[in-house]
This record gives sequence, structure tokens and C-alpha cells, in this order.
Amino acid sequence: MATFTINGSAHTFDGDPEMPLLWYLRDVAGMTGTKFGCGQALCGACTVHVEGTAVRSCQTLMGDIEGQAVVTIEGLSPDGMHPLQKAWRELNVAQCGYCQVGQIMQAVSLLNDTPNPTDADIDAAMSGNICRCGAYPRIRAAIKLAAGGA
Amino acid sequence: MTINIPTSEASGVLNLSRRSLLLGLGAGALVLAIGSPSALAQEKPTKYGGDAMEGGLKDDPRIFLSIGDDGTVTLLCNRAEMGQGVRTSWAMVVADELEADLARVTVLQAPGDETRFGNQNTDGSRSMRHHYEPLRRIGAAARQMLEQEAAARWNVAATEVKADNHEIVHAASGRRLGFGELADGAAKRAVPAQDTLAFKNPEQFRYIGRDKISLVDNFDITTGKAVYGMDVRVEGMAYAVVARPPVLGGKVRSVVDTETLKVPGVLKVVPIDAPGIPSAFQPLGGVAVVAENTFAAIKGRSLLKIEWDDGANGSYDSVEYRKTLETASTTKDGKVVRNDGDAYAALESATKRLDASYYIPHLAQAPMEPPTATARVTSDECEVWSSVQAPEAIRIDLSKRFNIPLEKVTVHTMLLGGGFGRKSKPDFASEAAILSRAMEGRPVKLVFTREDDIQHSFFHTVSVERLEAGLDADGKPVAWLHRTVAPSITSIFMPDPKHESQFELEMGAVDVPFAIPNIRIENPEAPAHTRIGWLRSVSNIPHAFAIQSFAAELAAAAGRDPKDYLLELIGSDRSAFENSPLAWNYGEDPKRYPFETARLRQVVERVAKEAGWGRSLPAGRGLGIAAHRSFVSYTAVVVEVAVEDGGAFTVPRVDIAFDCGPVINPDRVKSQLEGAVLQGISLATIGEITFKNGRTEQTNFDGYEVTRIDAAPKEIHVHLMESDYDKPLGGVGEPGLPPVAPALTNALFAATGKRIRALPIRDQLA
Ligand code: FES
Ligand code: FES
Repeated sequence: MATFTINGSAHTFDGDPEMPLLWYLRDVAGMTGTKFGCGQALCGACTVHVEGTAVRSCQTLMGDIEGQAVVTIEGLSPDGMHPLQKAWRELNVAQCGYCQVGQIMQAVSLLNDTPNPTDADIDAAMSGNICRCGAYPRIRAAIKLAAGGA
Repeated sequence: MTINIPTSEASGVLNLSRRSLLLGLGAGALVLAIGSPSALAQEKPTKYGGDAMEGGLKDDPRIFLSIGDDGTVTLLCNRAEMGQGVRTSWAMVVADELEADLARVTVLQAPGDETRFGNQNTDGSRSMRHHYEPLRRIGAAARQMLEQEAAARWNVAATEVKADNHEIVHAASGRRLGFGELADGAAKRAVPAQDTLAFKNPEQFRYIGRDKISLVDNFDITTGKAVYGMDVRVEGMAYAVVARPPVLGGKVRSVVDTETLKVPGVLKVVPIDAPGIPSAFQPLGGVAVVAENTFAAIKGRSLLKIEWDDGANGSYDSVEYRKTLETASTTKDGKVVRNDGDAYAALESATKRLDASYYIPHLAQAPMEPPTATARVTSDECEVWSSVQAPEAIRIDLSKRFNIPLEKVTVHTMLLGGGFGRKSKPDFASEAAILSRAMEGRPVKLVFTREDDIQHSFFHTVSVERLEAGLDADGKPVAWLHRTVAPSITSIFMPDPKHESQFELEMGAVDVPFAIPNIRIENPEAPAHTRIGWLRSVSNIPHAFAIQSFAAELAAAAGRDPKDYLLELIGSDRSAFENSPLAWNYGEDPKRYPFETARLRQVVERVAKEAGWGRSLPAGRGLGIAAHRSFVSYTAVVVEVAVEDGGAFTVPRVDIAFDCGPVINPDRVKSQLEGAVLQGISLATIGEITFKNGRTEQTNFDGYEVTRIDAAPKEIHVHLMESDYDKPLGGVGEPGLPPVAPALTNALFAATGKRIRALPIRDQLA
């Protein structure tokens, strides 16, 4: 039995320890903000924070999260007003929007580590997140906007 | 565990019971289900555009609009949202003619029902092109009903009152009434006849043409509340994945499911029959695993032991197939699909002859949200929730499949996490429905994993395009011979036709607009060995790549600047097919939408100017240009490349000039073009699906690579051409894409002198 928190709420799980956190969130906990894109750590759509670090929830197994704190998009900001969420809206970053939750969660982690990222920092941190619609120029601009630059 | 059926207003998707409230029975609603919808759409002798589509166009405000007594305007969007911004753009148009405050407009998604709502098939870059005028009529008619109601209450002539930002105003007396106060009475008024509708002048537009309008789904998308097809949760649902034959036409020979059934949470293993070939949009058959969650279904499937019978396509091999296409492309006597003058004779007598063969591989759409559908099928009813481009196609399929009347098949169109053509084929929704049936009516969510998506796409065709030209002593072309060889999309519907259909040929090949006296276009045979389908801009991709590359090759052979040479090929301003109108023309009237070479010239000139064509560049840098008309819009692109020693390169900057006629939502037009640039770069540099033993060799984003942020241009400059609002609208979603790849390879030629003729480029410069 694993005990852990999601967005501050206590959860317990006694199912298959091989189940990825992604499917626990989406199918068991009913939190569908975190997206499925590839299941193989290749796209970043499923990005959440575990213990403050961006991870791919499709590769994070339920057997490994005992005692850990998970934050998803649903818990990023109570009113959806995180500076990155605001910047994303201000620049109309989204096309289909499906990747954008993962992009935002990854960008939050980037700005936590690097408050004023260069283009190279953005490339390094964000290259694991695919946007098939090609919103990359606006993703870059929104990160800079939220960081206080651009 | 309680699960809410995700058809709340918050998700922006309409609940059917709620619809009747809003549109039929609700007090204070503008829209009452009284009388029959007015026949506002005028019938024309020959139908084009939206009128020619199945279900046609509807413009009765009572079908699409309601106004609550608090003034909230609710608009039903009749086209699927897949990133093109249609929900926002539709609201802008209606709000403008209604003179409503856009902030007080709520957009809900119309369920599938073409009888009621008119055509709903969201593809072909048509949503705004076909609906702009009907949407204006919807807004104007509702506004006039509100004005008439206010005038009647004040006992003044309707001409004395005017709508102004969600109110009706009587200027003479200073009286005002809000839309909400008038809605109930206005709803009882007759819908004005089309010829009595008054529209705004463009200078009065509040929203149409205005930049930076916030997306109606912005908040939900950035907070994870947006409900895509993948996010649907229906009370009591199970989850399923399917093991499908890896080869088109394959079948299950044997299956052992012992280990699968031991997986905790696995409920059932369900065989699905393989379809006959051609299989159209039917599921491919195979073995489904239904479980209590997606993970158990995937794990269960991985433990199935299946032996496949591959059938006749088991030898499909992309390396061999390319040779077949190349051989066909060098053979005379292919089907002649255009013949002006005598190209063969002109080639013989030309001063200089050039030929080149281009190869463009299969691609998969790979929308970020893989195909998925949730279905509940009982003995006499079906309900489907899915991210689909064409909900009516599912209704028809399920109605036939289960012998249930069409009215009893409900399809909720959810937000699409990208479509790019893949989700206009509802094989995944059929699978979900088949499985719900097999589960005795329990709702089932069917999920394609990424591996399923990439292996079981309806693939973009694969083609060899062979071009040959003859130049005179001045370097001017006198002959043009193009052999296009590619398996056709129509092979999924009919016994393999082996030739491209008219609509494919007219995506850039036979409608080449060049001013050359002798043009011959041939289409040798190419059999299909996998499912061929639509991918954003479709056959324009190979045709534009070959033609725009070859134009630059001719310029080089003639010792000319590629931009100047391209403009000369386009020639004088004219309607290019005045004397032999294009047979298809994207479904549009060739008189209303002629091929205007002036517009192609203008985008070339504009993009060249904006990109600083001809500027001096450091070593290793180069500019390339390409232009193309598709979906009755005109695009020109300049790509700048920076090539390092060793052949690695980046794309620091792209300029794209675009003429789609009037621009309704500039921000979304720009974002579509930015996206088109990225997808163009992606397919040009790294995109490729190959087959071996009938199966794709790629299964996920490791094998099927797509462009990531580190390879994205740091600068994309979009230049929209000015247009009058009385001009017809062109398409937007697709036409940005075709010229990107040839502009890129032309830039690489400028930088390095090396000509890339086969996509993807990968390390060909190394
Ligand atoms: S779904 Fe986890 S990285 Fe793609
Ligand atoms: S916005 Fe569609 S995948 Fe990123």
C-alpha cells in the first residue's frame, strides 16, 4: 500500500505497483488535466511535479511514490493565475492545447531552477515536450514573458 | 467512485438534455423551437462551396443561438475545434453582427447531426471559408429580432433603434434595453428573410479582423480543465486497447489470452473481425482487451500471444517500393492528365534539358492526442463521445452497424488534441462502439496508444515526382513534363485505382500555373499496400515540393535569381485556367475562386521584400523561396538556413506571406501559419514512415521523429496580405504547409550548392 499526496491531499493505492502514475491520475483519481501522449517518456504531455521536480508521469510507477508529494496542473494554482498560465493566455500560445499542460508544468520547473532562462536554457529544458501543432515560438515567448523579460 | 459525464458547460460541450432546455423550452431563450427552420440559404443551380457539402449550410439563428434573460449569448459551434481556433473565430463573427459583447458569449459544441446543423465535416480548410457568411446572417437576423422587439415595446419604428454592445438603444429618447430583457419577446418574432438582413460595414467591426482576441478555451486549456476526447469519463466505463493486424489486410490466425486474463483489472478479451479490403474507415480487426483502467488493458494486451496471417501486403517494403515508383516515373505512356501543346517535341528541340526525380515518403499525422472514443451502446441506442473531425460519419456507421435509427445515435464532438486529417476517419469510434456492445452496454473508452496511432494511421501517400524541362537559348522554359506517381487515397474506398484521383492531381500537379507553352502531366500507376489518407494539405506536399524545387533548379541552370525566375514562371497577371477551368478547385466555383496568378506573384514579392531577399549573408547561410496555391489561398515562404561544417544546420528564420482573402481572426491565422511552418520543417527534416514486411518500422516518437523546440526557428514572421471584406475567403489550416519544405531545401542549395531531392533531409548534407 502506497501513501502519498496529490496537490496536498492524501491518497493511498494498493493496486498493481507497475501502474504508471499517469493512469492512476487519469483513470483512478479522475484527474484528466495530465495528458497521455506517448507512454514512453518521449513527449512530455504527462509532465507533473514529484517532490518539486518535473517528471514524466507515464514513467513514474505507483510502487515508487510512497511518501512523495505530487503536484499536477490541477494543483499548480488555485485560481489558474500562475504567471506562466497567465502568460500562456496573454500570448494565445495554445493551438489544440493538448500538449500545453505538460509544457506549462515543464516550464514551471525551468523557471524554478532558472528564473531568467536564455534561449539555450529553454531549448535544453523544453525539448522533451513535443507540440505537434508547432506552438514553439509562442511557448518560448510566454516563458520569457512570465520570467519578466521579452 | 462518482464520475461526471463530461458534457457540462464548463467543458464547453453541449449536454443534449441541456440543449433542449436552451433551444427548445427555456424561458427567456431567444430561440424557440417553433416553426420550421427558415430556408435562408438560397439554392443555386450548380452548387459549390458549403452548399455542395452533405447537409449544406444552415443559417437559422434558432438552431445555433440562444440568449438567456441574464443576457448570456450561447452559440453552438458546428465545427470541431482541433487547434485552428474555430470556436473563438465563430464567436467573433456572430458577436460582431449581433452587436454582442464577446465576453458574454459562451460557446458550446454542437453534437453530431447534419440534418439539424448542416455539414459538420471539419476538414479541407473550410470552416471559416464556408461559414463566414451564414454566421453573419445568424448574427444579423438575431440582432434584427431584438431590435424589432425593442421598437415594438417603445412603440417606435424599428429603423429608429439600433443595437449597441449588448443593448438596443433608441437614440432619440435615450432609452436602452439589454439583450437579456428583450430575449423572451424577440424569440417569438419571425426570423427575418435573408433579403431583409442588414450587415455591418467592415469599419464597424468590433471583433472581425481584430488581432489578439483571447481564445474562448484559453482558461480551460491552461488549467487542465479542457475536456478532450481522451478525457471523457462516463459513469461505469471500462477501458480498452486493441491489438490490430500489423499489415493491412492481415488477420488473426490464433490467439492465446491466458496470461492476459490473469492481469488484475482485465475484464474481457474480445476478437474483432477484420474488414474486407478496401476497408474504407472500418476498424482493422484484431483482438481487444477490455479492463478497469487503461494500464491494465495495455498490460493485458502485451501478454496476448497472437499469430498473424499477414496476407498479400506482408511483403510491402519501402525500399523496394521506391524503386517501383522510380521505374514507373521513367516510363512514358502513363495516364495523361494534362496536355498543353506538345511537351515531348518541345523537349527534343530545346537548347537545354533538365530532369530531376523527387521522393517524398509516407508520413503519419500523429496528433498529440492519439485517436480515442468512448461509446455506450445498448440494444436500441448509441452514445459516443469522441474527438472527431466528422461526427456524422460515426453516426452513419453505427446506425448501419447496429441497425439503430440515425436519430438514436448521438455523437458528442469533444475538443480534439490535434487532428491533421487522422480524426476524420472514425475507425476508433467504431471500435469503442463494438466493444461497448460486447460488454453488454457498459460504456467503453477505446484508446490508441502512440504505437497504435503510428502503426495504424491512414498514411500520407508516398511518391516519386519526376520533372523534366526544356529551356530555350535565353534560359526560358519551353517544355514541362511532370510524372507524378503515388498511391491514391481512393484506394481505401475502391479496388485499387492505382491512379491519383482528380482532387489529388489538382493539389498542385495539374494546376501548375506556370506560363510555359508545352505542359504535359502524366500519372503512371502506383498500387497501394497500406491505408492512404489525408494529412494536412495532402498531395500538395509532394507536388509543391517537387515543382518548387525544380523551379529553383531551372533558375540555377539558367543562371538566374530563383525569386525572379519563379515570378517569370508564374508569368503575367491572369486567371490561369480561364479557358479550361479546374474540374475540382477545392469544391469552389472557378468564377468566384479563379486561380489568380497576380495573387501568387504578390505573395512572392511580399515575402521576398520582408525577408530581405538578396541581402548579403555570412558563409554557410542561405535563403530559399517557394510559393504555392492550395485550398484557394496563396502562400509564399522564404526560409533562412545556417549550415555548419559537417552539414548540421539550423533554421534561424522563416518568413511566410499569405493571402487567404479577408482575415477574420488574424491571431489564429498567424498561429496556423506558425504551425504550418513547424510541420513543414518537421516533415522536411526528419519525418518519415517506412514499411518492412508490411509493417511500419516506426512505432513512437523515437522512430517517427517530429520537430522539437530546439530545432524550431527562433523567428517566424507572418505577413498577411490586405484584402477587402467583400472578397471570398480562402482556406487557412492547410495552405501554409506545402511551400515550406521546398523553400528549406532551396535555402540549403543556396547555402551549400547541394540539392536535396529526397525527404527527409536528415544527414544528407553530411
Ligand atoms: S506520455 Fe509521458 S512523456 Fe509522453
Ligand atoms: S497545441 Fe496542439 S500539440 Fe501543442
